[in-house]
Amino acid sequence: MNESIKKTLLVAFGVCFISSLVVSFTAVSLRSMQNENAINDQRIKILEAANIYDSSISVDEQFANLDIKYIDFENGLILDEYLDFDIESYDQLKSTRDASLSTPVPASDDIAVIKNRENVGKFYIVKDDNGLIDKLILPIRGYGLWGTLYGYMAIENDFNTVAGLVFYDHKETPGLGAEVDNPKWKALWAGKKIYDENGVKLQVIKGIVSKDDAEIEYKVDGLSGATLTARGVSNMISYWFGESGYSKLLEQLNYES
Amino acid sequence: MNLNKYKEVLLKPLISENPITLQILGICSALAVTNNLTVTLVMCVALTTVCSFSNLFISLIRNYIPSSIRIIVQMTIIASLVIVVDEFLKAFAYETSKTLSVFVGLIITNCIVMGRAEAFAMKEKPLLSFFDGLGNGLGYSIILIGVAVIRELFGSGTLMGYEVFVLTSNGGWYPANNLLLLPPSSFILIGLFIWLIRSFKKDQIEVDDFVPSKHSSAPNFTKKELNV
Repeated sequence: MNESIKKTLLVAFGVCFISSLVVSFTAVSLRSMQNENAINDQRIKILEAANIYDSSISVDEQFANLDIKYIDFENGLILDEYLDFDIESYDQLKSTRDASLSTPVPASDDIAVIKNRENVGKFYIVKDDNGLIDKLILPIRGYGLWGTLYGYMAIENDFNTVAGLVFYDHKETPGLGAEVDNPKWKALWAGKKIYDENGVKLQVIKGIVSKDDAEIEYKVDGLSGATLTARGVSNMISYWFGESGYSKLLEQLNYES
Repeated sequence: MNLNKYKEVLLKPLISENPITLQILGICSALAVTNNLTVTLVMCVALTTVCSFSNLFISLIRNYIPSSIRIIVQMTIIASLVIVVDEFLKAFAYETSKTLSVFVGLIITNCIVMGRAEAFAMKEKPLLSFFDGLGNGLGYSIILIGVAVIRELFGSGTLMGYEVFVLTSNGGWYPANNLLLLPPSSFILIGLFIWLIRSFKKDQIEVDDFVPSKHSSAPNFTKKELNV
């Protein structure tokens, strides 16, 4: 009796119908909580980059103290408006997939394997008590060993000293390249200098920086067993703090202050 | 209601009929998620939930499932449950779900869930099937937790993220064993577990698939035997 075509179709349809109801009901009813989690997670990373995250205060409250601005990568100008995007929800990674909102990076300059760079990005300003710039939090990304590393680098208001570095997404090997997430390694970055008089100088070296190295402030200890990831990190700093990244913006801000 | 029967289906899969060490099922996720105990625990809860409820629902409709489409019906139910579990993880355990998401999706193809549905839930009553799923999920969990404790403790010197051994890279005394951070180490550990269990439970030792025939390296034939 179970084997008739009618019965087979009926059972198949019934099972699919009930399953789809259950799945869509859970998905829809949990959607808002999931989105909130994803946004919160990203915000925590941004705050952590500048070493200002305090887990005892709500993320929203801390994040509200940050100023968000657009940057036009072409000329390094700060913009308040960009087309009809809402700055809170503007996703610069999405822009890289839209030919009208991005520019292909010439292969010779593409040391961080960005491929398409968005024309306009956004960054975060941490203000001090007088409303002046205290720190900047700048999104950076670049290719490591297995995939692109996405992160934020925070810099102090001399626009040269690193305040912190955080990666929020990468595909590096656990225990080797994934040590970019190791708090001990991340702590090495604070206080390092990005530029000397010839341009971007900061890089991750192989091995450990000797204490009496004259250029100690431009060098960060390598990760053992992760030479290619470390090279990727160096490259993305050279790219994003170079001409096609934030250098024009930082020069301008430096001039103004 | 025969309580002994419930006890049996719940407790047997823990050691004596463990799905991993006796049936060698569900190895894939045992390799992938065991380098961190927290992640492993979430995975165990996810699999146990899916396995018990899929058994329950499949058993509820077992008499109506036409045998020609039974596998796909089981798959549909299992897949829906997996999506539901995944959605819950994203809402309530976001950090863990980020590392687990792919593997939770792969519970759909986990041989234990499918195996229990086909071998047990299609024949037995709903509540009994539920306990069978629960027992097998727990059996899976016992092995995974064992592997994860060893891998995380000796691979990164921590347990659930808390530092137990201070690593040399953090100025301590313990040099981390990087092999344990890589998936193949679970193969070795599961192999050792199987060895351990089978040296106590001799009935689990399988009969050899083949036995080499008896021969001596220099046969001493007589002329008659060689027909010359």
